[in-house]
Amino acid sequence: MYNFTFHRPTTVRQAAGLLAKNPDAKLLAGGHSLIPVMKQRLAQPSALIDLAKVEGLHGVELKGRSVVVGAMTTHSDVANSPIMQQALPGLAAVPAAIGDPQVRHMGTIGGSIANNDPNADYPAACLGLGATIITNKRKIAADDFFTGMFSTALEDGEIITKVSFPIAKKAAYEKFKHPASGFALVGVFVSKRGPEIRVAVTGAGANGVFRVKSFEEALKRRFAAKSLEGMTIPATGMNSDIHASAEYRAHLVGVLARRAVAKATA
Amino acid sequence: MPSVSMTVNGKAVSGNVEERTLLVQFLREHLRLTGTHVGCDTSQCGACVVHVDGKSVKSCTLLALALEGANVLTIEGLAEPNGPLHPMQEAFRQNHGLQCGYCTPGMIMSAIDIVRRKGHELDERTIREELDGNICRCTGYHNIVKSIAAGAKAMAQGGAPRQAAE
Repeated sequence: MYNFTFHRPTTVRQAAGLLAKNPDAKLLAGGHSLIPVMKQRLAQPSALIDLAKVEGLHGVELKGRSVVVGAMTTHSDVANSPIMQQALPGLAAVPAAIGDPQVRHMGTIGGSIANNDPNADYPAACLGLGATIITNKRKIAADDFFTGMFSTALEDGEIITKVSFPIAKKAAYEKFKHPASGFALVGVFVSKRGPEIRVAVTGAGANGVFRVKSFEEALKRRFAAKSLEGMTIPATGMNSDIHASAEYRAHLVGVLARRAVAKATA
Repeated sequence: MPSVSMTVNGKAVSGNVEERTLLVQFLREHLRLTGTHVGCDTSQCGACVVHVDGKSVKSCTLLALALEGANVLTIEGLAEPNGPLHPMQEAFRQNHGLQCGYCTPGMIMSAIDIVRRKGHELDERTIREELDGNICRCTGYHNIVKSIAAGAKAMAQGGAPRQAAE
């Protein structure tokens, strides 16, 4: 790991100021994606701006018909939040399946979605629930936020502060874990909130997380696993690597979507 | 070089470190607490697990400077020197929960955190699931699982663990 300067602001405003002054800086959240890539020298930021002591970025709260999660809330704190378990158990199950217990003690929701790893779980949950990503500058709909593999709509100097999830009556996530890494080979998040149906897929797409409109249409007729029987998606645009072919990933999208709907309606 | 201060095993410590210094380097190279191991250095194997503010974490993936003011517990801090072992350590000893021993400090620190989160009556499935982040390359998991079940019970009694039933 190359060396860097280290900063510990206590407010979002200070953090934004430090970002403006250090164009090559990176924000440090839980560090469990960033530090490993820095060790590999795939990232070489000149400065790290640690958000751990920034006030107002931690916690899970109920706001009207949404659950709002602070960007620096760890995976274990989201998974174990009584508010989340009560309001959106399908979402609470997402961080519970990330990494291992030690990683969940450090990894954060803000870090995960800012990184937008194509195999990460939270992007599917955000897109699958129609979340709103709140930054120090604006609010961004999940549909506009995830713009491709490891890329997001975040601009220079923009810091995620909160993520707001509308409470869906039915929501569930199904993940086919890579047995070694624990990342999603494919993961599917489904939700039904009134007339709005969402099916979001991570791990499969060559361009990161995406929605499956054909599945959503089928589920509009009846929100049941049976509505997706025999349905699949084309293998074009799917990732293909040593872990799984594009065809296999496309197949898993159908299987996991049916399982997720079954779980959401159980 | 910037300085960092934290509490390690109940003692206030400080040192001047490069920004890129990892917690595990600070523990091993600055404080000479070499019980915490580096296995994979990629946050997967769990040989470097310590507790920070009461929670198990991987010290190879934390920056020492990020732990300013934190309370760190390592394997060396579990028992008094020359005193009786911590019940979880004793359980590993009695149940032969180690072969080469390289993963053992991390296993024990993770095990104590499992007890904190899941209680003293742990079934095999729970223990194996919760050990997701600790790898034993001797593959001695059978006795590690037995040790943790026995150690968890012993921690409730505050005494020495009994040998787990076969």
